[in-house]
Amino acid sequence: MESLKGTESCQYEVTKGDDGGIMLRIQGRMDSSSASQMIEVFGSLLNDRRPPSLTVDLEKVTYFDDFGTLVLVELRDIMNKAKGRLDVINAREDVLFVLDSESPEDKTVSIAIEQPPGMFIRFGEAIIQYAADIKYLVSFIGSVILSFVHVCFYPKALRMNDTVIYMQKAGVDAIPIVGLISFLLGLIMAFMSSAQLQQFGANIYVASLVALAMTRELGPIMTAVIVAGRTGSSFAAEIGTMKIAEEVDALFTMGFDPTQYLAVPRILACIIVVPILTLFSDLFAMLGALLVGVFMLDLTANAFITQTIRSLTLFDVFFGIFKSGIFAVLISWIACLRGFRVTGGAASVGQATTSAVVSSIFLIIASDTIFAIVIRYCT
Amino acid sequence: MEKQKIIQVKDLVTGYEADIIFDKISFDVCEGEVFIVLGGSGCGKSTLLKHLIGLMKPLSGQIIIDGDDIFDCDEAGFRNVLRKTGVLYQSAALFGSMTLAENVALPIKEYTDLPQKSIDTLVRMKLKLVNLEGYEDHLPSQISGGMKKRAGLARAMALNPKILFFDEPSAGLDPVSSVEIDNLITNLNKSLGTTMVIVTHELESIFTVAHRIIILDKASKGIIAEGDPKHLRDHSRNSFVRQFLNRQTEDKICEP
Repeated sequence: MESLKGTESCQYEVTKGDDGGIMLRIQGRMDSSSASQMIEVFGSLLNDRRPPSLTVDLEKVTYFDDFGTLVLVELRDIMNKAKGRLDVINAREDVLFVLDSESPEDKTVSIAIEQPPGMFIRFGEAIIQYAADIKYLVSFIGSVILSFVHVCFYPKALRMNDTVIYMQKAGVDAIPIVGLISFLLGLIMAFMSSAQLQQFGANIYVASLVALAMTRELGPIMTAVIVAGRTGSSFAAEIGTMKIAEEVDALFTMGFDPTQYLAVPRILACIIVVPILTLFSDLFAMLGALLVGVFMLDLTANAFITQTIRSLTLFDVFFGIFKSGIFAVLISWIACLRGFRVTGGAASVGQATTSAVVSSIFLIIASDTIFAIVIRYCT
Repeated sequence: MEKQKIIQVKDLVTGYEADIIFDKISFDVCEGEVFIVLGGSGCGKSTLLKHLIGLMKPLSGQIIIDGDDIFDCDEAGFRNVLRKTGVLYQSAALFGSMTLAENVALPIKEYTDLPQKSIDTLVRMKLKLVNLEGYEDHLPSQISGGMKKRAGLARAMALNPKILFFDEPSAGLDPVSSVEIDNLITNLNKSLGTTMVIVTHELESIFTVAHRIIILDKASKGIIAEGDPKHLRDHSRNSFVRQFLNRQTEDKICEP
């Protein structure tokens, strides 16, 4: 009696018959734990010896399930290939029934993994998908604008409580992180630029550099990126989950316009708080630069602040704030849109969240480029 | 007895461009009736319900609810139809961020001008009706599946709509909770005369609750039986209908 490697529950014995055939006595359990070993061991045995017939004796098998049947089917196939014969003795009747009915190779249905469609089909499908996305995108812009118009005429339709809650979540709660990142950013900028400016004795211009760069470009962009990551993702996930839980459908059948109910308060809250966050970001960055100026460049705080104020115009500040307002619209709009596009299950929510953040960062940078070009030719 | 037809579905074709789910089905629901839409899994019952409540648009055909064609009317007309209907979703679809009381109060606030105090009283009454007294301040995540369904029912009937739609009301509930829901349906139907349209594949409740059923079939893309459930069970000429209602499979399992 030999046992199979690693499975003590199953042993087998091979004896040679008179006609050169092989007799295989199996003892113990024929189940999922032993099946793959059996197929391997018996298969190589048969391939080595190439007997004209194989008799499998199942008398001492204590447990037999369809993994056992699988072993027998495999053995039969090997024997069939070598034009040999397989006999099974002492088997339950339903096993023999399966062996008889289970087709030989020519009829076996292969459960193949479906081949991915051709390149052109996928290309076409992608285009159709994009067209549908764009169609929805346009209709969503329309429905958001209509909802805002509706709210302008009927201010009571605005969900004021929700708006305030979202203002808190997107704005107040974001102040620490926006402040910290901007502070460090200002610190880094002042630090890096001072190394160069010091050579020309132009330390004081560190103040101008940080003030201008932050108010016009980096403040709005950094704030928008943080808001996209914090708030955009949560909007998409919230609306997406509501979509899956049929809550959006429920809103619709209760006579609410889902866009007006879910998107308008979020977009409005973002429009209000993101410019304020941007102002905070500007201030914290200048504070960071001030620290570098005072402690490393031997500037007085007074001189630094005066230089900062002198280099800034009201236009710079308002332009940055205006831009951040536009970024706020883009972030919250795309986040809500991705949320409403969720169908199916949890994976779709994750996808929507990712897509909301990636699309909003792209939109932020793209629109900032447009602003840069427009402002270059307008002034 | 000739009753008023409250929902009329005429030659409804549903599905997606290439893939038609129902081809020209027509049926009527009478006022005050408990009407059950039956069918095997995946035959499009839920799709049909989504059409009836206006969530999906048909490829062609009409759905007329209380005199208004819901796919051929203006915004105000559609809102008027929505006002007359309530829906209990399969997952109850309570708003997770609101307490049960706020959930039930939402449609009341939207459609009526009642002061807050009266709304509170009304909400308590509604929740009492579905045996959820004392759970006003619970969030949906804090209560069981059966309670969610009942709270969803309370919200759906907040404005006492003429028609209530149910999507698999007893799916995923234990037998006792299912019976509770069934009793609620029967009581509401008797006391308020609300028309009920129920989509389900659970047999237990059909014979006790339904006045009339239709059975949908995937293969024929249409209705294969319509009428009183008990009569259909015993006397239908279609063998599939009898099997369905008697819980039998098509073939006897082959014996070895």
